[in-house]
Amino acid sequence: MLESSKDSAKLDAMKRIVGMIAKGKNASELFPAVVKNVASKNIEIKKLVYVYLMRYAEEQQDLALLSISTFQRALKDPNQLIRASALRVLSSIRVPIIVPIMMLAIKEASSDLSPYVRKNAAHAIQKLYSLDPEQKEMLIEVIEKLLKDRSTLVAGSVVMAFEEVCPDRIDLIHKNYRKLCNLLVDVEEWGQVVIIHMLTRYARTQFLSPWKVDEVVDEYSESNFYESDEEQKEKDQKLKAIYTMDPDHRLLLRNTKPLLQSRNAAVVMAVAQLYWHLAPKSEAGIVSKSLVRLLRSNREVQYIVLQNIATMSIQRKGMFEPYLKSFYVRSTDPTMIKTLKLEIMTNLANEANISTLLREFQTYVKSQDKHFAAATIQAIGRCATNITEVTDTCLNGLVCLLSNRDEIVVAESVVVIKKLLQTQPAHHGEIIKHMAKLLDNITVPVARASILWLIGEYCERVPKIAPDVLRKTAKSFTNEDDLVKLQILNLGAKLYLTNSKQTKLLTQYVLNLGKYDQSYDIRDRTRFIRQLIVPNEKSGALSKYAKKIFLAQKPAPLLESPFKDRDHFQLGTLSHTLNSRATGYLELSDWPEVAPDPSVRNVDVAESAKEWTGIPGKPKKEKPTEKFYSESEEEEDDSASTSSSGSESDSKSEKEDEDEGSTDESSGSSSPSEESTDSESDSKESAAKKRCRAVNESDSQDIKKKAEGISMKRSTSSSSDTEYTSSDECSSGSKSESDSKSDSESGKSRNATCNKKEEKPVQDRKTPKKQDMFLLDLDDFCPVTTPVAVPTAAALSPSLAADLEGLSLSSSSVIDVTMQVSVPTKTHELLHRMSGKGLAAHYHFSRQPGIFGDRMVPVQVTVTNTTDQKIENIHIGEKKLPPGMRMHEFNPIEFLEPGGSITATMGIDFCDSTQTASFQLCTKDDHFSVNIQPPVGELLLPVTMSEKDFKKEQGMLTGMNETSTTIAVAPQNSTRLVIIERVVKAANLGVVPSGEDNIHRFAAKTMHSGSLMLVTVELKESSTAQLIINTEKTVIGSVLLRELKPVLSQG
Amino acid sequence: MIHSLFLINASGDIFLEKHWKSVVSRSVCDYFFEAQERASEAENVPPVIPTPHHYLLSIYRHKIFFVAVIQSEVPPLFVIEFLHRVVDTFQDYFGVCSEVIIKDNVVVVYEVLEEMLDNGFPLATESNILKELIKPPTILRTVVNTITGSTNVGDQLPTGQLSVVPWRRTGVKYTNNEAYFDVIEEIDAIIDKSGSTITAEIQGVIDACVKLTGMPDLTLSFMNPRLLDDVSFHPCVRFKRWESERILSFIPPDGNFRLLSYHVSAQNLVAIPVYVKHNISFRDSSSLGRFEITVGPKQTMGKTVEGVMVTSQMPKSVLNMTLMPSQGTHVFDPVTKLLSWDVGKINPQKLPSLKGSVSLQAGTSKPDENPTINLQFKIQQLAISGLKVNRLDMYGEKYKPFKGIKYMTKAGKFQVRT
Repeated sequence: MLESSKDSAKLDAMKRIVGMIAKGKNASELFPAVVKNVASKNIEIKKLVYVYLMRYAEEQQDLALLSISTFQRALKDPNQLIRASALRVLSSIRVPIIVPIMMLAIKEASSDLSPYVRKNAAHAIQKLYSLDPEQKEMLIEVIEKLLKDRSTLVAGSVVMAFEEVCPDRIDLIHKNYRKLCNLLVDVEEWGQVVIIHMLTRYARTQFLSPWKVDEVVDEYSESNFYESDEEQKEKDQKLKAIYTMDPDHRLLLRNTKPLLQSRNAAVVMAVAQLYWHLAPKSEAGIVSKSLVRLLRSNREVQYIVLQNIATMSIQRKGMFEPYLKSFYVRSTDPTMIKTLKLEIMTNLANEANISTLLREFQTYVKSQDKHFAAATIQAIGRCATNITEVTDTCLNGLVCLLSNRDEIVVAESVVVIKKLLQTQPAHHGEIIKHMAKLLDNITVPVARASILWLIGEYCERVPKIAPDVLRKTAKSFTNEDDLVKLQILNLGAKLYLTNSKQTKLLTQYVLNLGKYDQSYDIRDRTRFIRQLIVPNEKSGALSKYAKKIFLAQKPAPLLESPFKDRDHFQLGTLSHTLNSRATGYLELSDWPEVAPDPSVRNVDVAESAKEWTGIPGKPKKEKPTEKFYSESEEEEDDSASTSSSGSESDSKSEKEDEDEGSTDESSGSSSPSEESTDSESDSKESAAKKRCRAVNESDSQDIKKKAEGISMKRSTSSSSDTEYTSSDECSSGSKSESDSKSDSESGKSRNATCNKKEEKPVQDRKTPKKQDMFLLDLDDFCPVTTPVAVPTAAALSPSLAADLEGLSLSSSSVIDVTMQVSVPTKTHELLHRMSGKGLAAHYHFSRQPGIFGDRMVPVQVTVTNTTDQKIENIHIGEKKLPPGMRMHEFNPIEFLEPGGSITATMGIDFCDSTQTASFQLCTKDDHFSVNIQPPVGELLLPVTMSEKDFKKEQGMLTGMNETSTTIAVAPQNSTRLVIIERVVKAANLGVVPSGEDNIHRFAAKTMHSGSLMLVTVELKESSTAQLIINTEKTVIGSVLLRELKPVLSQG
Repeated sequence: MIHSLFLINASGDIFLEKHWKSVVSRSVCDYFFEAQERASEAENVPPVIPTPHHYLLSIYRHKIFFVAVIQSEVPPLFVIEFLHRVVDTFQDYFGVCSEVIIKDNVVVVYEVLEEMLDNGFPLATESNILKELIKPPTILRTVVNTITGSTNVGDQLPTGQLSVVPWRRTGVKYTNNEAYFDVIEEIDAIIDKSGSTITAEIQGVIDACVKLTGMPDLTLSFMNPRLLDDVSFHPCVRFKRWESERILSFIPPDGNFRLLSYHVSAQNLVAIPVYVKHNISFRDSSSLGRFEITVGPKQTMGKTVEGVMVTSQMPKSVLNMTLMPSQGTHVFDPVTKLLSWDVGKINPQKLPSLKGSVSLQAGTSKPDENPTINLQFKIQQLAISGLKVNRLDMYGEKYKPFKGIKYMTKAGKFQVRT
């Protein structure tokens, strides 16, 4: 039929052949006929031929070569499915001759455009490696290349290949570590398991143990859980002595946590073992709930999970104690599950729960499943030894069980009692007596033997009973089981040694009986004992020590869990399940003493991106004095320009709020005094302070004043220098504009106009500059210089940038947090000088993300001393924050000169709500209650995204998540530039480049929860506009809507 | 990873084998048979069996052993979970998973297995994707195929495989757009002799049947999401939104799937909807015992308890039982010693009872333990934990879907000790 010209006949034939293969019948003689069809057009025939080839190619290598060219052709097919399956089959044909061809194919496929093909290439690596291990070096190269792949589809497979081919080449992982951590959530479930196991091993070699200093870490890790890397590093310096978790270590823990919710048991188990092996002890507890959940699933899953819980529960009881009841046994459980559950319950037993446990055990003892009942008795025994309070109760209970009719139960309880008595040699006279009485009724040999042994062992404590027992048993000696006979002999020997008067004859009688017993074992024993204990001429030196030999103190048997020694295997592995090394098991290394250099994980591309993303941090990094000065210069410009030429400040009114004007005026009014006296020394001090804080372009009046003096001196000497610094400054100041224009033409043109606009005032100012100030021309934008940093940013693939960002955006990797853009200059009064007894305080939102951690809204507080005395020790006192809100205080200000003012930065996590944060501002003698209420626009963190991403996200946030309104727009506000400026000023939003003239888009995410906030302004005819906000946080959305409305409608 | 797979039926025949790497001789299964013999019952066969060169990992479902052969270290749950997924896929393809069905569809089974694993590593396990690659056999399709000669193997890579939503096919079209959600809660409980609860837990799932056109984006919110203590999601659920707002937001797969399974926090007291009065006694002297069970409703919130089924494993010494039910039918199997009584609905006015005598093997002493009673029941229109779906919204598509939510409470592992 295979020769038939009809496809249907061929198909039928192939189906039959596959049926034969499935049943394990040999179909290899059909090989030539089948191979011919490999080039068939019919895809189903083709597939079945593939199935056949994979099965038999190894056996018929020469013929298999005939098919190779077909695959080579298929590798170039435009259909990715065909390319992939060709590669699959080609690599599955285990014919050594084609190794070079395979190698070539793999190399080519590893740079294929389709991630599906690349995934198959990763699989092919393993196949080729098992076929020809000599190709290792070449394959590692390919693995290295594929590890860099960003597709979630590939990640799992390539890590699998890595594990198979070169698990010791940890160095390949370094650069990809962060990427893998961040992609983890999106990788398919099987890949997740493999990656998590690999990362567990990796982390064990790269990070310091978090266990040594657990108690310190507890509080510490809590506080810096959400903080950025930089912040942590800063803290590291402060707390060098104390252990701090590597941020990458934390990253791993944080990114794996959501996977505990996976529906795949293997993933949950993998995360659980990761936490077990890597997390600080205090955090490992979160996995227990998920593991207990797995107990609901199939028998096999239960079995493995219970085994792992058993190991865990030995070391850390607390983890599973709350779930004790989940381990109660049901009569329908299979025996192996029952015994495992019992094991765990025994491990968890403590003084508090032992009584309930024992009651539960009582029902189990009666179980029809006798093996289980026996196991229960052992468990009771273990509980009794571990918890001294209940030893007696357990013993009594066990003694009652001695009357059970079931042999196994009785035997087991006697054995356990025996062990128990051995561990507790204090008070067992009573029990031994009781057991001696039972001897008449008990028939089970093991139990009888155990009782006899006990009596013999402790015969000195029951001197009256022991000989009697011997007498009774001697009578029935011939009918006893071998086991019992041996113990009778033993008992006789012991009694002979301790109480020879009463028992000499009896023992001799027993020994005589033993001498002619059928069992050689008993005859041997009899001879041995006789030689040892009965004195005669020949007896050697040994008989002197007979008593010592027989009645030596015997160590009590330890009743311990069979899972005790399993913990040296990594949890969740096959080796752990079997309690023996499986082939290919990779040992989990111990924590290193000293952490290897963490910088190896830095990615080169990342560096450039970091510079860009971290622009607010930029001043921090390059903190040379020059930079500092240049900043203050700029600010000084501001104040100078406003103070010296009010008309000019009007000309750039778009930039400045009315409010701001007023504060500036106040600063201006104080400026005459500034040029005098002590500015030099103070500036140094303020400089130092500024360094302490995360520096930014604060408009701190204090610094303005001080710096002015210096800058004046400096700027005269080097104007080119200042030119440079100011441009730098602008780059951070006007970043939003630069961002937005990064990929849109319109943005550029906007900047250009901006430029033009600026030019004029600049020109104007040149005159005053010469007369008065020197730096006015450096004011405001220098857009020409800004783009430098921007293209790099834009060129970065967004998800990479997300990696570096730190992570919070794993699900929507296309979105990037940007740095904000324009700092709203609007200041709010915190404390009026009248109510503050001369101390005035203002605050404004500096929009500098990441200073105090991702979720803190940075607030700059400027305190001014309007009295004529020094105010000392200004600090934050008692805080009254709504639940969930947190606050990062500013460093106490030691003193404030009369007339002086100082700016401090603090961070508040508002939890995405507009609730007020109330706290006390304290001085040395006084304290004032003050409030900060954030405008909703400040609770946001701008993000950049492309228009496409924006639309996509918007598509997902419709319906309930959308609020919109129509507003009237004042005519002067209808140009793009103005709209962007006004909106951005009102709320901390990132501008999304827009292709349409009449639609303007802005994006941000909320500070605390990171939910997206998408704002669209669509200009309509007749000076109206549609304002749409899409966000999950509908409440904030509607508040924002309300706030944005007047911004655009007002003239 | 997974080298080979053997399917073994209850009588110990290997009726299917599949190898992903070099062929492993089927003689390796002898170790398995050995273990099976030792275990006496199928349930007790250990899932992991070491042999000198291989490791056998097995699952037992639908009276078939699925035995995977592996050669080196691998997380055992990985393999076990995968095998279960294979069974689920078969069930999805053929409706039931039995030896006969697998034998009948051996080619499809083979093709599916081929797609699921490559070199022993899972490749495609989402049934939506698999169904696009290899279409499940239906009578209609077989007829069409024989006439037109077309195949049931897809020649395009399923779009889902590459997209961000790998669980959903593109280009789904329905004339009736419907989305049904079943909130099913199961009560696991152990009740002791005196009728007091030893442990009781509620485990719930939300199973969905979504037949919607295009790429709908659904959100499901609860009136009282705090009830849910521990949850696990279908990969489609956006975890972050759950974290922040306790809302299930997802682009659903097409067809039937399990959206969520949850555990109701332990603090909430579980209302036990039924009680069992029992009087079972064996006397030492005579070979007759008494047996009496009555089932009644307790806290059912006014709903009727249906589908009640009582099963009990009698001790080995029981020879036969002569019983009279007040309603329903009962069966006692003298071989397995399993008593089952199909009660049906409980009428609160006239409580169902089962009375009669038990005859024991003469000469044996009475059993130590009274048999445990396992209970099955169903209560429609009630989620016993009180969980309520608040609303279901759809975004991203224009049409109005038909939405339905059903609640049901069932007995899970509900045992009464006597």
